[in-house]
Amino acid sequence: MTTTTLRPPKGPIERSPRRIAFSQKLSRWDIKLSPYLYISPFFILFAVVGLFPLIYTGYISLLDWDPIRHSGKFMGLDNFAWVLGQTQFWLALRNTISIFLLSAVPQLIIALAIAAVLDSNIRAKTFWRMGVLLPYIVMPVAVALIFSKLFSNDYGLINTLLSDIGLPKVGWHTDVIPSQIAIATMVNFRWTGYNALILLAGMQAIPRDLYESAAIDGAGRFRRFFSITIPQLRPTLIFVIITATIGGLQIFDEPQLFDSSSTVAGGASQQWLTLTVYLHNVGWYQNGKYGRAAAIAWLLFLLIVVIGLINLAITRRIANNDARRNR
Amino acid sequence: MSTSRRTIAAAVAGAAALALIATGCAPAASSGGDDEKITLTLGTFNNFGYSDELLAEYTALHPNITIKQNIAKTSDDAQTNLFTKLAAGSGLSDVEAVDGDWMPKVKQYSDLFVDLASDDNAGRYSDWKTAGGTADGKLIGLGTDIGPEAICYRADLLSAAGLGTTPDEVAANISGDWDAYYAAGEKYTAATGKAWFDSAGATFQGLANQYQNFYEKDDGTVIATENPDVKAAFESVLDASSTLSAHLQEWTDDWAAGMANGSFATMLCPAWMLGVIQGDSPDATDWNIANTFPDGGGNWGGSYLLVPTQGKHTEAAKEFTDWLTAPEQQISAFKNAGTFPSQVAAYDDPALTGAKNEFFNDAPIGTIFADRANAVTVTPFKGINYGAIMGAVQNGLTRVEQGQQSVDDSWTQVVADIKALG
Repeated sequence: MTTTTLRPPKGPIERSPRRIAFSQKLSRWDIKLSPYLYISPFFILFAVVGLFPLIYTGYISLLDWDPIRHSGKFMGLDNFAWVLGQTQFWLALRNTISIFLLSAVPQLIIALAIAAVLDSNIRAKTFWRMGVLLPYIVMPVAVALIFSKLFSNDYGLINTLLSDIGLPKVGWHTDVIPSQIAIATMVNFRWTGYNALILLAGMQAIPRDLYESAAIDGAGRFRRFFSITIPQLRPTLIFVIITATIGGLQIFDEPQLFDSSSTVAGGASQQWLTLTVYLHNVGWYQNGKYGRAAAIAWLLFLLIVVIGLINLAITRRIANNDARRNR
Repeated sequence: MSTSRRTIAAAVAGAAALALIATGCAPAASSGGDDEKITLTLGTFNNFGYSDELLAEYTALHPNITIKQNIAKTSDDAQTNLFTKLAAGSGLSDVEAVDGDWMPKVKQYSDLFVDLASDDNAGRYSDWKTAGGTADGKLIGLGTDIGPEAICYRADLLSAAGLGTTPDEVAANISGDWDAYYAAGEKYTAATGKAWFDSAGATFQGLANQYQNFYEKDDGTVIATENPDVKAAFESVLDASSTLSAHLQEWTDDWAAGMANGSFATMLCPAWMLGVIQGDSPDATDWNIANTFPDGGGNWGGSYLLVPTQGKHTEAAKEFTDWLTAPEQQISAFKNAGTFPSQVAAYDDPALTGAKNEFFNDAPIGTIFADRANAVTVTPFKGINYGAIMGAVQNGLTRVEQGQQSVDDSWTQVVADIKALG
């Protein structure tokens, strides 16, 4: 007898439909969504603490706002028109930019020098690095009070020393440039150490063999500093410059406390009135014109955005130059 | 039946949670209960004369209440603080001091302050002081002090110019109107080459307080730019200050140092300035007070104590304010810092009439300031824009004093600044 094997009919093999488990769907969502969840706390916080007040201030700037009654009548762009028509606003703008330049430029140069020294092989490194941050910890109010006493016109320490040497007394509280130098000194006192530490961190990320090979090629210390350190520090410098710009355009504590005479802050002819101090004067000292103060706040915001964009354009061009050269 | 370990664990956890909730739920705090320990905060500025001893007296009377005083450096700082926290809805002290100059601004928000009228303080003040603390029929501010002005002088500096040393001699030499005051100053400056008064700004305050409607009409309309009195006062003070002023703006560090160093011989002295002078020049021994004032008298300042409704202990705060502004306590404050009582009952009190200030060489401050208070003929009207207008004018005076502008240019800018406030 012959046996015949039965062959299953040739055709497509039927399989039961594959079910994707819920846990697999979950893990796919996890991969897609979790990055956003991890960064969301910052954005939620920013929306609550940063974005909402920004928009609300814009809303207030269109009204004649009474801060205590939380209401106001619609003014359209009248508040902005009023602000732009005030001489004090333009003086404040001029002062803000000049104080910013007087403080940011020396600050960054000195911070760079300090960072370079801290980066080199000195003894008790941690002590010096902590010490450089001490001025930052002192409250700005305390600094302002002490420095404004030092800079007093007639009986301050600095003028007394100057007149002892034989130099004429400087009108720290009366003239434009001396008062702005005094305020810039206070700002520099506070922020130089902080910026120095950030630049130091950037410097320590520079690979040491660059220095070694430069030293072998015969470059001296200064040559190494200017040709290696500064170019390699570019990203850190950009960061420091941008934060210094944003902070410098909003200086408030030091000018506000510079002169405690009971007139409106900023000097009798607005010698050292900055935009934030002007904002404070208008909002709190002029019978609560919050709408106008809000208009000033928004104008300041736009100014900072514009300057930030200029910064960005310049640094991008520098970075592009770099990329082209390195190719 | 044996209970499983799970059941026991659940029962213990439940009991613990219940106990925790029970301890958390304290009975609702009774309003101002006598046993409840509370701390009342008192916000003042400059020097009201409320020393720790004075405040401790209240704690002795009410052992469950401690008083904590927060002192702002200047009246303006206190003002910004008050309005900021009023807008925020919290953060104010239980009792807040308000300067008479910006009391009109505060009165716009009278519904945010407690009505302080009570039988204890009815009739305590003269009519104008009561009116100053009343808004919309509600007594929101109990008066503390008033600021009758005399002239404080340095006896050692004046004797060098032959203007006398005792209060009576000096008063005789400088009495009269403002021109007489300036003339005495010219004599002093010619003899010694030093400054007569501290600044144009401070002297201008004395002038401003002698007019009924200096900056604003009674309905609040701003007349500062058209009022000829304002321009005349501006020019006359600057004219005098070109030779007689020490150019030391009030409240600056230089001004405080100038008091100690004898940079100026006289200054306008409202009663509350005595505490400031003593604080800024503690080692000087020659300060004294002359019982005179140009054009008779003037009142500069004077404050009120208010109780914001946002506080947590408004009843206790109201009682405390009543006590603190009673004549007896104000006389204590007067002895501490020279803040002259606004309470009419105090004027008959022998403690006041016989009071002397040791720092000012035993000057009879009770009689001096009572005389000066009697010589006040005008209660200046101060509306909601008074502070901002005065700030603009003070800036104008400072600009000329510091040599940055001529008198006319400065006045033009003052007018522009005042118009911009509208």
